[in-house]
Amino acid sequence: MSEVKLSQHKIDQIIAICDEHHNKAGELINILHKTQGLLGYLPADVQKVIAKKMKIPVSKVYGVVTFYSFFTMVPKGKYPISICMGTACYVKGAEKVLDELQSQLGIKVGETTPDGLFSLDSLRCVGACGLAPVVMIGEKVYGRLTPERVKDILAEYYLLDAL
Amino acid sequence: MCCGTGCRASQSEQIIANLQEILLQKELQEEVQVVRTGCFGFCEKGPVIKIVPDNTFYTEVKPEDAELIVQEHLIKGRKVDRLLYLNPETQEHEPDSKHITFYKKQYRIALRNCGFINPENIDEYIARDGYLALGKAITEMTPEGVIQEITASGLRGRGGGGFPTGVKWNFTCKVEATQKYVVCNADEGDPGAFMDRSILEGDPHSVLEAMAINGYCTGASKGLIYIRAEYPLAIERLKIAIAQAEEYGLLGEHILGTDFSFDIELRYGAGAFVCGEETALIHSMEGLRGEATLKPPFPSERGYNGFPTNVNNVETYANIPVILLKGADWFQQIGTEKSKGTKVFALAGKVNNVGLIEVPMGTTLREVIFGIGGGIKDGKRFKAVQTGGPSGGCLTDKHLDRPIDYDNLIQAGSMMGSGGMIVMDEDDCMVAMAKFYLDFTVEESCGKCSPCRIGNKRLYEILDRITKGRGTLDDLDNLRNLGSVIKDTALCGLGQTSPNPVLSTLDNFMEEYEAHIIDHKCPAGQCKALLSYVIDPYKCTGCTLCARNCPANAITGERKIPHVIDTKLCIKCGVCMEKCRFGAITVQ
Repeated sequence: MSEVKLSQHKIDQIIAICDEHHNKAGELINILHKTQGLLGYLPADVQKVIAKKMKIPVSKVYGVVTFYSFFTMVPKGKYPISICMGTACYVKGAEKVLDELQSQLGIKVGETTPDGLFSLDSLRCVGACGLAPVVMIGEKVYGRLTPERVKDILAEYYLLDAL
Repeated sequence: MCCGTGCRASQSEQIIANLQEILLQKELQEEVQVVRTGCFGFCEKGPVIKIVPDNTFYTEVKPEDAELIVQEHLIKGRKVDRLLYLNPETQEHEPDSKHITFYKKQYRIALRNCGFINPENIDEYIARDGYLALGKAITEMTPEGVIQEITASGLRGRGGGGFPTGVKWNFTCKVEATQKYVVCNADEGDPGAFMDRSILEGDPHSVLEAMAINGYCTGASKGLIYIRAEYPLAIERLKIAIAQAEEYGLLGEHILGTDFSFDIELRYGAGAFVCGEETALIHSMEGLRGEATLKPPFPSERGYNGFPTNVNNVETYANIPVILLKGADWFQQIGTEKSKGTKVFALAGKVNNVGLIEVPMGTTLREVIFGIGGGIKDGKRFKAVQTGGPSGGCLTDKHLDRPIDYDNLIQAGSMMGSGGMIVMDEDDCMVAMAKFYLDFTVEESCGKCSPCRIGNKRLYEILDRITKGRGTLDDLDNLRNLGSVIKDTALCGLGQTSPNPVLSTLDNFMEEYEAHIIDHKCPAGQCKALLSYVIDPYKCTGCTLCARNCPANAITGERKIPHVIDTKLCIKCGVCMEKCRFGAITVQ
């Protein structure tokens, strides 16, 4: 687990989220959703704060965080890339697009580039099967992708970041 | 204008903005209303616009086409031919949606409002008889009467299992408890399926109405919708719908002035396929890891927080209001003997018309794939269709004329599942496909029982070996034996059905497995480890293009002399084959 020092301000925000849900154990997943929405990820320190506040063991929080693929303990890139690996995308060549993304970015699925710009994740079906294969960067959906287009799309974001 | 996830990804919002701006310029904003609807289903041709009352159906519209549509269609009354759907058989433009084969063979019950109404406006739902069934149920019918009607209709659970819905409702109704819950399972985790999402995005009120009806029948006052966090648009539309229904007094205290009170809250999933299983789903809603538990006790006895809970899937609920309004007898007439009504399928993969369709039970796979789906892309040969997602199996051309219903699909070695239907052509390797699904199951297994946690991992390893050319004939027996053991001993529905993709491909595509093992060849040319790229010396002109593009420097040769690929260095990326302008490079 990566160690992160949390500022008091952040701790207060997390505690406020827990209070909002009345510190009920049944609300743990909703609390984690909101906290991840706030911080972008759920490192060990954050889990400790939540566990202490809700009076449940950290192991339980950790168990839930690691069970669900939506929760992450590593920070995402500024432009999080999610590639759909649903069946429809798979049969239309998502694997080749993924290979190209990995080689262009030099990272594997689940990792973030050293400059913090991009992170790469695979997900199961965004439901845009008509546009397969599909990649999402942030909220934007790129459909009918080919490995050749990957470079140009990434270039857009490098440009955007340089501005 | 379709505003489903697919069309929105292709700039439908920009088209709306353009249309509105031009309408304003022409001072037509009073006469023409631009409506944001849910999914039309014809995602292949998105973004789509339908103009009523004449049902003109424009496909693949671009933002810059907005002006043309207003100028030509709305002002001059001439259809824009270029944007009309082109019938691939006759090469003629179809004047309206009723003439398009994709729609002609469909029968829409669950999707009745998708693409017709603005899902963010409750009045439009009410105008199409929305909440009438709820009114009828709570003011004119007894809870038993409603359950009887649902039971008589023969409706079975649309989430995959096919359990009779009325019977399930009756269980929860009969249990005595101080509190009961109604749960909507909207955790659509099947990769390649988007039926539930489209219903929630296109017609959220139909689900809310049905949940309230269920609450009235079972004596529950609280409804919960468990929805994937990956569906932001559906969540947003549900929130709007719940707020509007509360404002109109259709949810909340004393609905329509009766003693019946019911409210609905959302619970978010966090990306775990197993949570589609009802006991796992309930644990997840309780804030726990989504692990399945042994049934009985069934959720109808002890569910959410220990109270009786009725869990149904989105599509099942979407059928309820219509059944109550039109009657069980009407519903009975649609479908086959044991499977009544219609089923929504997400048709995807290598078919011409990818999209969301709804057909009566008993329609054949051939009608769906070749009729509505328009056949296989690029004129290739049909190989298999996968139904039921990771729990289902691959069916082949010998199954094409089988009528689709719950029992027929199970007999054929697959299952209905929630409605994913992925079509595969000659380029898809069935061993790799089985491996793909097993990879999914291994990742999504909750880990509670050993057959699923360990058994599926072993299945995956064997398949992996075969796709890399290191399999043995014993592996085939092992796959079959292990598969049957997992099927018989796993704890929940996920584990019990997870070997289906392996077992069904073994049954139907044994020759492909044998080709991988005995000949070390992948007939579909998909398994990289078994491929070798070869340059045909008679076709190669020695242009050096392939050698210059090879990332591994595996191609050597002098200008104007045929080149050679060093198979030891080749990483099988296929770049050379794509770059070659003379078709000299082939895969063997």
